[in-house]
Amino acid sequence: MELDIVALSRLQFAMTALYHFLFVPLTLGLSVLLAIMETVYVMTGRPIWRQMTKFWGTLFGINFVLGVATGIVMEFQFGMNWSYYSHYVGDIFGAPLAIEGLMAFFLEATFVGLFFFGWDKLSKVGHLMTTWAVALGSNFSALWILIANGWMQNPVGSAFNPETMRMEVTDFFAVLFNPVAQAKFVHTVSAGYVTAAIFVLGVSAWYLLKGRYTELAKRSMTVAASFGLAASLSVVVLGDESGYLSTEHQKMKLAAIEGMWETEPAPAAFTLIGFPDQEARETHYAVKIPWVMGLIGTRSLTEQIPGIDELVARAEGRIRQGISAFDALQQIRAAGGADKVAPEVRQAFENNGHDLGYALLLKRHVDDPRAASEAEIRQAAWDMVPHVPTLFWSFRIMVGLGFFFIGLTALFFYLSARRRLDHYPGLLRLAVLAIPLPWIAAEIGWVVAEFGRQPWIIEGVLPTAAAVSSLGASTVLLTIIGFALIYTVLIVIEMALMVRAIRKGPEEDEEPEAELVPQSLVAAE
Amino acid sequence: MILHQLIDYETLRVVWWLLLGVLLIGFAVMDGFDLGTAALLPFVAKTDVERRVVINAVGPVWEGNQVWLILGGGAIFAAWPPLYAVSFSGFYLAMFAILFALILRPVGFKYRSKRDSAAWRAGWDWALFVGGLVPALVMGVAVGNVLRGVPFRLDTDLRIFYEGTTLFELLNPFGLLCGLLSVAMLVMHGGAWLVLKSEGPVAERSRTYGSIAALVTAVLFALGGLWLWLGVDGYRITSEIATTGASNPLAKTVEQAPGVWFENYGRHSWMMLAPLLGFAGALGSLAFFKARREVPALLASSVSILGIISTVGLSMFPFILPSSIDPQSSLTVWDASSSHLTLFIMLVVTVIFVPLVVAYTAWVYRILWGKVDAKAISDGSGHAY
Repeated sequence: MELDIVALSRLQFAMTALYHFLFVPLTLGLSVLLAIMETVYVMTGRPIWRQMTKFWGTLFGINFVLGVATGIVMEFQFGMNWSYYSHYVGDIFGAPLAIEGLMAFFLEATFVGLFFFGWDKLSKVGHLMTTWAVALGSNFSALWILIANGWMQNPVGSAFNPETMRMEVTDFFAVLFNPVAQAKFVHTVSAGYVTAAIFVLGVSAWYLLKGRYTELAKRSMTVAASFGLAASLSVVVLGDESGYLSTEHQKMKLAAIEGMWETEPAPAAFTLIGFPDQEARETHYAVKIPWVMGLIGTRSLTEQIPGIDELVARAEGRIRQGISAFDALQQIRAAGGADKVAPEVRQAFENNGHDLGYALLLKRHVDDPRAASEAEIRQAAWDMVPHVPTLFWSFRIMVGLGFFFIGLTALFFYLSARRRLDHYPGLLRLAVLAIPLPWIAAEIGWVVAEFGRQPWIIEGVLPTAAAVSSLGASTVLLTIIGFALIYTVLIVIEMALMVRAIRKGPEEDEEPEAELVPQSLVAAE
Repeated sequence: MILHQLIDYETLRVVWWLLLGVLLIGFAVMDGFDLGTAALLPFVAKTDVERRVVINAVGPVWEGNQVWLILGGGAIFAAWPPLYAVSFSGFYLAMFAILFALILRPVGFKYRSKRDSAAWRAGWDWALFVGGLVPALVMGVAVGNVLRGVPFRLDTDLRIFYEGTTLFELLNPFGLLCGLLSVAMLVMHGGAWLVLKSEGPVAERSRTYGSIAALVTAVLFALGGLWLWLGVDGYRITSEIATTGASNPLAKTVEQAPGVWFENYGRHSWMMLAPLLGFAGALGSLAFFKARREVPALLASSVSILGIISTVGLSMFPFILPSSIDPQSSLTVWDASSSHLTLFIMLVVTVIFVPLVVAYTAWVYRILWGKVDAKAISDGSGHAY
């Protein structure tokens, strides 16, 4: 890949987004776990649950600040590096970002300070409400950002306005209740819960192996295992595949994930493993399980899932429609408005306007899409195929890890129920080693979703290559180096502080666990 | 959806122009004292305990305050997409500098007290100082350059191109003056906050630096006004103004002329209130510092911020981002907004959520009211930074 501005801008976005998402899942999940632990504290009055909340809260805080610090970068980068994108879809895409700030970030950030500073200033219930506010705020922010992201994958409720040369909202509720956004929200938030559960499970397992803080560790493991089991079932069963049939390119992504070059008769087989070959356009040594893909993908026995070849052929048709939309648009703009052109031009734009983005795909090959040759149209259609082996393997690693998390959490759930958590050092070691795995699964998941979306930044509407700012390559290279430096330093510091805080363990709680008076008789205040 | 027709497009655009001001002022007032406090850190606090008093004075609230900036970014994106696109990419390296500083700030607050080493803490003190000073300075410089006009132009696809917007070209004398004004203003505000939240030597030093900054704010604000009058050309629309037209900046013509940025005050004399508040607030804050009235000093510095930022907005109306190399491309209130429907939806959301946010923010501030307890910090009790 040559170092042009598009490649550099994509690299910077990928780098900063993947880095940001190192901190987000733990924030999402741990905030809920903290709220659960503190709820138990308020309900039972047993100080160990407060000690647990404070201890995991310390680790939460170390992680949380980097999520905050790197989150601002994400919001600003759309304008900085993707200015044509910002102009083109700000009318729709900006709204969920603004609502995220208003509804979610304020809640989360205003109360997170009180979470740390308010232990002595608030009543028990008051502090519990604060913790829930933080958990609610962080989960709301996931909702809004995934509504924004879901719209990029499935741009509903909007239309192109030739006068302003941009997409404008036509149906806000369609944007809100976008099925792709809903599927992504459930999947992403569940993944966050799994991450936090495995983290708590692993750190607690380490304490049990060392024989330290065993009471705190066992209780933490019980919470983490049950929460993690529910979440890992949800993350696998409600995988965001359910949204993969709603649009043409989501179908392409699905076909690429499956290495499915030709359309198969329904219900399609699931390729368990194989070696997809982009050049030969086939998948070698494929081991297939009949029916499974059709069932997972369509939830039916009769609906067909299109293969890559068929999707490319369809794309060619849409590119041709896009060209006629592009032509009509030029005439409309030359005349100075849709009301000033011949009715058949207006009609042509109305009929084909939804494929305008497909004409813009040709801009990579030719300045004026109307002048594109047959070969260039075919090439642009083939540009629609993402790198199949990357998607194929990323997806399989992610799903494999998902099943592993179900097994691990189910196992510890069982051990916890049998009160045998500390009986099997081998399993405890496995739990410690499993700590990094949810992060790998989550990052790979984003690779599948976003790398698999190429060449589109907004499916069918705007190609990624058309969306960048007209900056100098050296300028972007400079900021890439800047981000890389500061991010590297910060992750090293963060990991060191995390390890240090874990080694140090929980602080002695001020109130000893003396139950001279049964706690259940003491009023909650 | 027909509901949005209830409020006409022109009104919505003006409302969102006002809300843009509310957001910027909200950010400068709320997060401004965090930035000012961080910039004052090395000067008002000498010992480790003193520094921790300063950090804990903003520790529990800075995170919520910073959301004003995040919301500002999001709201500009949603309500003024061309403004977001042109300014964030046009000021690319300046934005990077702000981001770099703002990445350091949260980490500085949170990580500084995690280890005892003096070198560790001194390092984070530097990070916090940079995290406070740089955003204050760069944002002021950016505003100065907006008043002068930014070298961008739009092609017929409304794609944005720039000519020479390197960091160094932003640092022209007028831009720098505005940057210094911004620093002085936020240091005054941060000083007022610290006087309110601390005792003893930290409070005394903060009073001294806050007073100096208040005076400097008033002087630089006057100087900036004079410079704007004598040395900076304003912009005016010369074609007919379609206040409810489609958001396409290229539909108008614009000329550049001296003194134009002062024309609005001739037309609407009530607008003079804004610069007057800018001066009165700064001088009032100076007087209250001297009189040892803590809360009034903070209120006065807030009023000064309100006045100064409003002055910029009112002087430029209806322009929000003039172009120096192709004035026709300039963004104005009438041609750089979102669609009618989006502005309406965002207004509904704002009307519902802003009162909620203000209510719970006020509740949190009430809980945290009072001076930072230096003793509790030095004996290590509580969950202080």
